[in-house]
Amino acid sequence: MNNNTDNPVLLEAKNLKQYYPVKSGLLKKQTKQVKAVDGVSFSLEKGKTLAVVGESGCGKSSLARMLTMIERPTSGELFFKGQSLLEADPKTDKLRRQKIQIVFQNPYASLNPRKKIGTILEEPLLINTELSKSDRKAKVLAMMSKVGLKEEFYDRYPHMFSGGQRQRIAIARGLMLDPEIVVADEPVSALDVSVRAQVLNLMMDLQDELGLSYVFISHDLSVVEHIADDVMVMYLGRCVEQGSKNTVYDNPQHPYTQALLSATPRLNPDLRRERIKLTGELPSPLNPPKGCAFNARCRLAFEQCTQQQPQLIDYDQHKISCFFVENQTYQP
Amino acid sequence: MALLEVKELAVQFGEFKAVDRISYQVEQGQVVGIVGESGSGKSVSSLAIMGLIDFPGKVTANALHFDGHDLKTISEKARRRIVGADVAMIFQDPMTSLNPCFTVGYQIMEAIKIHHGGSKKQRRERAIKLLNCVGIPDPANRLNVYPHQLSGGMSQRVMIAIAIACNPKLLIADEPTTALDVTIQGQIIELLLDLQKKDNMALVLITHDLALVAEAAHKIIVMYAGQIVEIGDAEVIFKSPLHPYTQALLNSLPEFTQDKQRLASLSGVVPGKYDRPHGCLLNPRCPYADKQCKTVEPILHARSENRQVKCHYPLSPEGNPSYE
Repeated sequence: MNNNTDNPVLLEAKNLKQYYPVKSGLLKKQTKQVKAVDGVSFSLEKGKTLAVVGESGCGKSSLARMLTMIERPTSGELFFKGQSLLEADPKTDKLRRQKIQIVFQNPYASLNPRKKIGTILEEPLLINTELSKSDRKAKVLAMMSKVGLKEEFYDRYPHMFSGGQRQRIAIARGLMLDPEIVVADEPVSALDVSVRAQVLNLMMDLQDELGLSYVFISHDLSVVEHIADDVMVMYLGRCVEQGSKNTVYDNPQHPYTQALLSATPRLNPDLRRERIKLTGELPSPLNPPKGCAFNARCRLAFEQCTQQQPQLIDYDQHKISCFFVENQTYQP
Repeated sequence: MALLEVKELAVQFGEFKAVDRISYQVEQGQVVGIVGESGSGKSVSSLAIMGLIDFPGKVTANALHFDGHDLKTISEKARRRIVGADVAMIFQDPMTSLNPCFTVGYQIMEAIKIHHGGSKKQRRERAIKLLNCVGIPDPANRLNVYPHQLSGGMSQRVMIAIAIACNPKLLIADEPTTALDVTIQGQIIELLLDLQKKDNMALVLITHDLALVAEAAHKIIVMYAGQIVEIGDAEVIFKSPLHPYTQALLNSLPEFTQDKQRLASLSGVVPGKYDRPHGCLLNPRCPYADKQCKTVEPILHARSENRQVKCHYPLSPEGNPSYE
């Protein structure tokens, strides 16, 4: 283990891949592979927010499952403060479970309806620490007040809460073990506008207070614009554009990013971008097109795009994977 | 005369008023957006117009006129001829609103059979034309697929095809894009607006996405807890909202807030069955509420042509309440 604690990079992923086997036929032979995530790399600094955006089916949630190790990556490397997280020994498992936590998309499905809020929040402590019963309760109550839940909610069941309150409970559960990284998988997409603002405020307050780092997975670009420091755009399991929020939003280079941004409805007419029509849908990952995965929907596609797969190239802190950009001279 | 005229429409489930005396009009060829949080009665009010409220729901109205027909007094049979043909509706979740047991073609042809009739061959041709019209490639073969073989965006296109099968004069779209991705959302909205322009159809777009209606609609109705709180033209209503609720909805959007600043959020949630406040329904959540708001219910009154607001102290263009 190398000891570099002052390294600001908290979490580093290198070339993460997740392939799922597809079995078919009488003998359930493996016939194909779904490349859900195909070579994604990023680094996350302390107190920062990395947003992962893309359409459904692009591998965002698979990535979240890998980071929290609900599923083990097929290949690739994952480092937490320089220490590899993929070694299969109990100590690493324990560290990872304490330091990286997840908040799921649907608060109506992610809380056990048969358990009281107190029990739900206490469970991580029961499993991972050796605190006494009264200490655990004190810690749960402290966390509940931190996320804006009243003390009397301790003995209530999830069905007694609204969506926004449930998401607060889910966030509180994620924070019970004092993690440093919270992976939030579409935390606000099931919520109403005004409640969404409340939950986003809570997440930003907690970040300031506890110095959390977020991996924020979302398809809502206006939310991402508000909360993110770095943005990664994914398409069919691959990263197509990556950079700081300002670079990506002010100067999107990949045609997919441009189309996504232009498709986001805006209230303010000044912020509306020229609509780039995107025809068709995300191709099936079972049967990805040859060459660049985006070529069938891309307005700039040319011959090379249908032959070869573009690589992610770093243009001065702005990574883009596109032949069109490659052939042009990049203008920051 | 307006295509659809609703006066004092109310829907009650027992004691609970899901929709509370709302009145509005939709002109021919107009795109009307209805916005509000969940629980504000957007969907229930349009279901009531379609006649889809079942027992124990009770619908009352002073007037419910569609295209010269009084939907309240005509017979059930006559009503059915209108609903589904002249007024059609698209539901929120395309994956669950199509019947999984029947092919797409069967479900489209069913609508044509009931309202237009014609031979099997004619109906089939019409169905192919419709699928073509909503932008589904290879329509002749797609008639034979089942809904589970289609993606969300494609299912929603099929739903639209069924809805426009009988050339409706009014199309009600209840959160047509909420379950879809941004890029697909763009495609579906564009398709709806194209169809609307082509046939000069009226479109009622129900959604909680303010930005979406701001781009698409002519007239906007803001609903809160079963009541209409503000009506206005799309260009003005979001620039200078008159009602504190509209203002709060706008302020809670990230695009009006500087980087990483806290979002101005409206505390609390829409009142439900047991916690309906006295006076103005917004008063527990409203930052400007005073004594009068807690006791006297404001009435929806016109401020100018096309502009109505239900508030004792409508906001000035600077966004401050106008206490007398």
